[in-house]
Amino acid sequence: MYPKETPSQTAGPYVHIGLTPNFVGIHGIYDQDLGASPIADGAKGEVVTITGTVRDGAGMVMRDALIETWQADAAGIYPSNDPRGVADPNVSGWARIVADFDSGEWTLRTVKPGRVPAPDGRLMAPHISLWIVARGINIGLQTRLHFEDADNDGCPVLARIEQSDRVATLMAKKTGPSDYRFNIILQGIGETVFFDL
Amino acid sequence: MSQIKPAMGHPAGGRNDARNPLIARDRDWHPAPLAPGYKTSVTRAPQRPLVAMPTTLSEQTGPAFGHGLIGELDNNLILNFTGQPAIGERIIVHGRVTDENGRGVSGTLVEAWQANAGGRYRHKKDGYLAPLDPNFGGCGRTITAEDGSYEFLTIRPGAYPWPNRVNDWRPMHIHLSLFGSGFGQRLITQLYFEGDPLIARCPIVHTIGQDKAIQSLIAPLDMNRAIPMDCLAYRFDVVLRGRRQTVFENRMEGM
Repeated sequence: MYPKETPSQTAGPYVHIGLTPNFVGIHGIYDQDLGASPIADGAKGEVVTITGTVRDGAGMVMRDALIETWQADAAGIYPSNDPRGVADPNVSGWARIVADFDSGEWTLRTVKPGRVPAPDGRLMAPHISLWIVARGINIGLQTRLHFEDADNDGCPVLARIEQSDRVATLMAKKTGPSDYRFNIILQGIGETVFFDL
Repeated sequence: MSQIKPAMGHPAGGRNDARNPLIARDRDWHPAPLAPGYKTSVTRAPQRPLVAMPTTLSEQTGPAFGHGLIGELDNNLILNFTGQPAIGERIIVHGRVTDENGRGVSGTLVEAWQANAGGRYRHKKDGYLAPLDPNFGGCGRTITAEDGSYEFLTIRPGAYPWPNRVNDWRPMHIHLSLFGSGFGQRLITQLYFEGDPLIARCPIVHTIGQDKAIQSLIAPLDMNRAIPMDCLAYRFDVVLRGRRQTVFENRMEGM
């Protein structure tokens, strides 16, 4: 009756060619890789730097992971398509970040997002949505990054996590005045919560 | 930053109204996260059940890209690397991006990447014997037209062996990445070519359980679109998640 969504397939090991060609030395096709930063100079709010890794179930740091991030501005408005208003013009809200080929570390420099209401009107904890792809991931993994020192009370999404000790897997840990650490574990002990949304 | 259109917006109550929730994904139709035939998935698939949640504004909104982003040769993989033509079988790959309600998805970014005609990628992690083509970069992008249509001009990628079982070969394929209007619609998939005998043998293809779902990834030869004495064509339509219509002309359902 209705067409079915096109099935996902893994991004594979060469995803960078398509999504960040300049990062792998393919120059001259696009001026620059898309999503280099979710903010521009003058973005309102607290600028923070988040670093992390993605590990697999064998404990190996994944040097081939690619993450896209999407977030609201400091006032909690999304930069495009938000029916509630116009966001800070210096926040695009979207970034494409790749793990370093040697260390596997990724870095996101952004502003802390404001709280956004859930459909029922309750405020969700401030969060950045993440979409993770790599070789061996057959359908992009969706999760959220939160800040351990933010106002996370009453979040209807975090409340859905039945085993409440797993909420900690979604909290970036403060490591400096404006620095956070967020390690993602795909499988096993300390496995990050992923959503079916 | 300037590449992203600020607050593009969609008409209230329209099909892309960000207040409308996304239709739930059919996880039985998509590939299984853990598919033993594809060995790398064994340690990269979550073990715990996914936590189910309805979509929110965080998934119902998403980045928008303007047509201004796209350079003249961006969707021409034959010429976009050096300006000199890449070696291989010249093909058009085209189709329409629609949502699950059958409506064209306009103005959405489609990115493509692929191996060259010999089955080699321009990537430091690819050491396959087949040589690089000095005139082939391997990526392209376009933005869908008003009716959701898109096209690329490229060369048919070669099949290649990959480290999985002893003698596994990837069928000829092109990777495609799509956005839609909400971050929850984000999708990466692969396009295969009608008649390729390696499709049936590929463990990555067979991470998908349902044959109908596999068939939807195989692009048929499209002689109507082939250009005589120039290139063949393959048609590949893509379906992104749709939205449940709960907002009609600015009113919530039932109000």
